[in-house]
Amino acid sequence: MSNGKRSYFLITTTCFGIAFLYIPMLMLIIYSFNESRIVPVWGGFSTKWYGVLFESEEIWEALTLSFKIATVNACFATVLGTLAGLALVRFGRFKGRTLFNGMISAPLVMPEVITGLSLLLLFITLKEFIGWPDQRGFTTITIAHITFSMAYVAVIIQSRLSGMAQDLEEAAQDLGAKPLRVLIDITLPLLAPGMVAGWLLAFTLSLDDLVIASFVTGPGAVTLPILIYSRVRLGLRPDINALATIIILVVAIGVLIAAWIMFRQQRQRELELKMTSEEV
Amino acid sequence: MSEAINYQDRPWMDPDAEPFIKVQSVSKFFGDFTAVDSVDLEIYKGELFSLLGGSGCGKTTLLRMLAGFENPSTGNIFIDGVNMNGVPPYERPVNMMFQSYALFPHMTVESNVAYGLKRDNLGASDIAQKVEEVLEMVELTRFRKRKPHQLSGGQKQRVALARALVKQPKVLLLDEPLGALDKRLREQAQFELMNLQDQLGVTFVVVTHDQEEAMTLSTRIAIMDNGRFMQIGTPTEIYEFPESRLVANFIGNANMFEGRIIENGPDHVIVQSKQPECLFYIDHGLSIQEGSKVWVALRPEKITVTKESTASGSNNTLKGMVHGIGYLGGHSTYRVKAGDTLIEITSPNQSRPKDGNPPIDWDEEVHLSWEASSSVVLTR
Repeated sequence: MSNGKRSYFLITTTCFGIAFLYIPMLMLIIYSFNESRIVPVWGGFSTKWYGVLFESEEIWEALTLSFKIATVNACFATVLGTLAGLALVRFGRFKGRTLFNGMISAPLVMPEVITGLSLLLLFITLKEFIGWPDQRGFTTITIAHITFSMAYVAVIIQSRLSGMAQDLEEAAQDLGAKPLRVLIDITLPLLAPGMVAGWLLAFTLSLDDLVIASFVTGPGAVTLPILIYSRVRLGLRPDINALATIIILVVAIGVLIAAWIMFRQQRQRELELKMTSEEV
Repeated sequence: MSEAINYQDRPWMDPDAEPFIKVQSVSKFFGDFTAVDSVDLEIYKGELFSLLGGSGCGKTTLLRMLAGFENPSTGNIFIDGVNMNGVPPYERPVNMMFQSYALFPHMTVESNVAYGLKRDNLGASDIAQKVEEVLEMVELTRFRKRKPHQLSGGQKQRVALARALVKQPKVLLLDEPLGALDKRLREQAQFELMNLQDQLGVTFVVVTHDQEEAMTLSTRIAIMDNGRFMQIGTPTEIYEFPESRLVANFIGNANMFEGRIIENGPDHVIVQSKQPECLFYIDHGLSIQEGSKVWVALRPEKITVTKESTASGSNNTLKGMVHGIGYLGGHSTYRVKAGDTLIEITSPNQSRPKDGNPPIDWDEEVHLSWEASSSVVLTR
């Protein structure tokens, strides 16, 4: 019964894997309902930290700032990254293409501390010479995030474009569409899934970033990761657990919706194909 | 038959006809690689012209230069008298049907077909009417709302054709138009394509690697190899009078005999071959010196195989041993060994074998014979 044995093995490893991934989160959720003020000590069930959370202006400000930065960053990074990807794949050979190609993926492998430090130095130098940015905060963090998340978008777009046959664009040109029209009518619609994926990735990367943000931030601009990290150093308060629980919930709902949409699309496609084969 | 030559179906024979497409010593280099090597070509209005060759022979590059996706490295291309150098694809009076069909996956059949018309800034009702007409022509009206992934291979091919034709181009370029279809569908589509071309009178330039397809479809064929034309002519010319061994072997099969010219008369030549020992009497004159080395090409279906010798003279006959027989129903192929040479013969099975007339069997001695007009002398 090798089959039975294998499935036991599979079940065990799957359980371990899931436990490894989800027990920490489960602990966090459980402890968000802890009455006690000291995080690791269980003091009975309570929802009071959720109340504290909703009254804490500091946390809400940090959360809003993080979301603002992430949104602006994702939009800019998607546009710039798409343009870079298009240039690298579609505009034939140009001088320095290989160099450009390598440089676009450099931020992916560069240690974040180095990216953060170099951006900080850049902003300081800029301020000295042209007086801008006069204060570090929202703008500098956003610019810093765009510089590295744009590289991720470019890589996604690049891979999608090179998988996309060029004859579609040629066919459009052949039918009388000028290059800009081809871009709008054919290339961009076909790239849309890649651009959405790029936008989401850029958004997540920005929301997640602690290292680069702490280099280029200034007084008054505290993103959520920076806030949480500083709280940890000062001693954790359970309201952070409550916040984390809410974030987990939001992400989980998002993933479920995405999965449901994908499932429906697939069903629709299968249905259409079935219809076709029946008619022919 | 009237006295005057009718040029209507053979415009290339007419000395006064202006070619519609003129390719003038066009070359295309990709780095060190020469894809097209200074070719000249003239295609006339209403022709169905095929570029035939193996992969990498430069046929697709030439087609892409006609479409405007590649620019010639040297030389000029004229379409309807206008030099196309530097004219982008979207301003050329040609449309192309791609090998992959290149249907826009995010648009319906209808919008795919209408796409080219919209680029011409036609009114909505005009567009709708033209789309309707062309969809009717390719019998796809009831699939108009479908997306490409919901269509079968043959339907996709027809959408691609409709999309290219709806713009009423002066020239339609077709890159392996039937390559992706299975054999039965391909034969049907071949005739559909010919009918359409006949109805619309559009000049077709077809790229194909399939010699049967080229023979069936074309008014004329250009055979390409290594970026050059080996021969340009009608299917009959190319099959019956190949100019080189390469062409003779590329189109159909041919038995090839090496020999020397021993007699060169005004209306005939005699070629002596050593392997197998044989005299070829050929009924066309040749401007070549006696004694020069030539090849004689003899098509398998032009040889008669019999048990008893029927020929009167010693010319154009061979004696050999049956080495193999392939019975294919409609015809049989024989492999006959004469000397050390294997000769291939195909012969139609016109009547069923009877008791009094047993069929030719393996290892039997047979006589081969052919007409003076059956073989061709080749010098290269």
